[in-house]
Amino acid sequence: MTHVPPSPDSFSRLGVGAGAEDPPQVDGKRDGSAGVGPVVADRHGLVPADAVLSAGRDTAGWGVHRVMGLETEYGVHAPANPGAGHSVLSVEVVNAYADLVTSRGGTVAGTEWDYGEESPLVDARGWQLPRSAAHPTQLTDQPLMGEDGSPVHLLTNLVLPNGARLYVDHAHPEYSSPETTNPLDAMVWDQAGDLVALAASQRIAAAPGEPQVLLYKNNTDNKSVSYGAHENYLVTRSLDFEELAQRLLPFFTARQVICGAGRVGLGVTGSSPGFQISQRADFFEEQVGLETTVRRPIVNTRDEPHADADRYRRLHVIIGDANLSQYATWLRCGMTALVLSMIELGTAPEVELMDPVTALQRISHDPTLQATVPLVRPLDGAGPGGRREATGLEILRVYLEAAERHVHRFGMEDGATLDVLHAWRESVETLGTEPAAMSDRLDWVAKYQLLSGYRKRHGLDWDDPRLGMMDLQYADLRPDKGLYQAMLRRGSLRRLVPDERIRDAVGTPPPDTRAWARGRTVDVFGRHVVGASWDTLLVREEGEGPLHRFHQREPLAGSAEQLPGVFDEPAAEGSYGRLLEALSRVQAGPPRHHGHH
Amino acid sequence: MSQQYGSSFEREEDSSNGPDADPTPAPTGAAGQTSTADLDSLLDEIDSVLETNAEEFVQGFVQKGGQ
Repeated sequence: MTHVPPSPDSFSRLGVGAGAEDPPQVDGKRDGSAGVGPVVADRHGLVPADAVLSAGRDTAGWGVHRVMGLETEYGVHAPANPGAGHSVLSVEVVNAYADLVTSRGGTVAGTEWDYGEESPLVDARGWQLPRSAAHPTQLTDQPLMGEDGSPVHLLTNLVLPNGARLYVDHAHPEYSSPETTNPLDAMVWDQAGDLVALAASQRIAAAPGEPQVLLYKNNTDNKSVSYGAHENYLVTRSLDFEELAQRLLPFFTARQVICGAGRVGLGVTGSSPGFQISQRADFFEEQVGLETTVRRPIVNTRDEPHADADRYRRLHVIIGDANLSQYATWLRCGMTALVLSMIELGTAPEVELMDPVTALQRISHDPTLQATVPLVRPLDGAGPGGRREATGLEILRVYLEAAERHVHRFGMEDGATLDVLHAWRESVETLGTEPAAMSDRLDWVAKYQLLSGYRKRHGLDWDDPRLGMMDLQYADLRPDKGLYQAMLRRGSLRRLVPDERIRDAVGTPPPDTRAWARGRTVDVFGRHVVGASWDTLLVREEGEGPLHRFHQREPLAGSAEQLPGVFDEPAAEGSYGRLLEALSRVQAGPPRHHGHH
Repeated sequence: MSQQYGSSFEREEDSSNGPDADPTPAPTGAAGQTSTADLDSLLDEIDSVLETNAEEFVQGFVQKGGQ
């Protein structure tokens, strides 16, 4: 890591703490730290302590390393129980998973459906399934009663042993992954969520007389409704949001050529026959805004950091498709992390689209990747008199080449970052020459090739219901029905990690964020947990005695490294006291040096 | 060095294909493209997996609003 930026005058070399020379001005404060996160060993958060930053700039990440997490709203369908409300089915999914975990002696932390009164935090052991067959309509303000006349407890929000949330969001079951620090882990804990959802669905299917509840990792019913697959990335609070939004818009418009999930039909109801790259593109109407369910914006301004708001902003990305492909999920997060690093440090390309919303749809509607979209000025490197238009792939290449220069310039060349850059370049070049060769890595290409082959074999038009069925079934989570699952099993789509690693992530949190403290506490000390959220843990010994509330505003604190031994012997004398001591210690912040545990 | 952050995959220095930690080699040709034979075999399998009542099933897949 010896690369010295070309214009040293505009940079400051930063050291740890008081030893820093010329620390940057960040929001008017001189704190001498490179990077936003806390000082641990030789890093400020995820940023090496000897990092050289641009003057007046700060960053919450380094290369592809950044606090991130993914959310999936699953499509929910009970064909044998057509009268069932979607909220009921979603509640059933959440409760089925709680039932499954607790039946194996495990614990989850849950909160109940709010019947209109204050909803108590409850212990989540021994829940029965709220049978959708018995209660097929919408939930009301009347408690549901079981066959024995006692109230049926309905959990709507779980914190899982892996630190994730599983809950009812609108009319969908949603899995929000725990906080991870790199795109590969983000992918692993996202795919773990698919196993959680599948296990819940199978639990329901195994209940006698209970109609199956099928779950789909897609984003539309092709009847004007769309539901989300969101990404979250922490960025430094010091970054100007207007600058962030303007630099992101062209990238978010173009990145679908790599991470689109593919869709049969054009328009919000899919009524125009054809195939398009993205599930979500047709549902976006604005460039920048706060909404997520109507008039959706390409850049969402929601800002609930669930973290120290002086340090961090949470960028809530709502433009993405739900990816089944491991490669597409990983590269989506990796590319985005690198673009955020460039924006924070002031090296992002200055691409400007004439009309981002129209461009988003135009790029999506052309799986041949030839469609061009108008630009305010020619792309960098196009030279004087260059075209004021570009394809999505050309725009993405501009971001790629800027990212390659950026990583080189700042010395971010660790393995995880270089892997993303290699894959990004390989994808852009292969899509430019032989797009079908990406069918073993990208969802939309795999789906397009599969459906095109089926279409040709049977002489079908794009509006044939069998092609719509294949589009839907690609996202079916069941191993025996899901077309993605079939392709993965055959090796037609690549795995990035062994299956065991994803199975392990169902029950284990990422070790390097506060998700470790949350998930392990729920799993190991569940009998003491009376509440858990992204940044808060509530514990009370055996549900009695004094209530202890722990806030964790720093997502990088509460890691396994900071909590050695705390979760190893929960039955040993004094283990509860040691838990309280440890949670209190990491709440105060991470150690200033190694060895001060 | 490539393990600097502790949660990456094992990286092969000569790999140009990104993180393929799965020891199984790519199933098909050098570029990784699904071969015609593989696609044919896959399409055969799909005929047996596809929901039979496609039109009814797709029509019945109705979702409520989401984000």
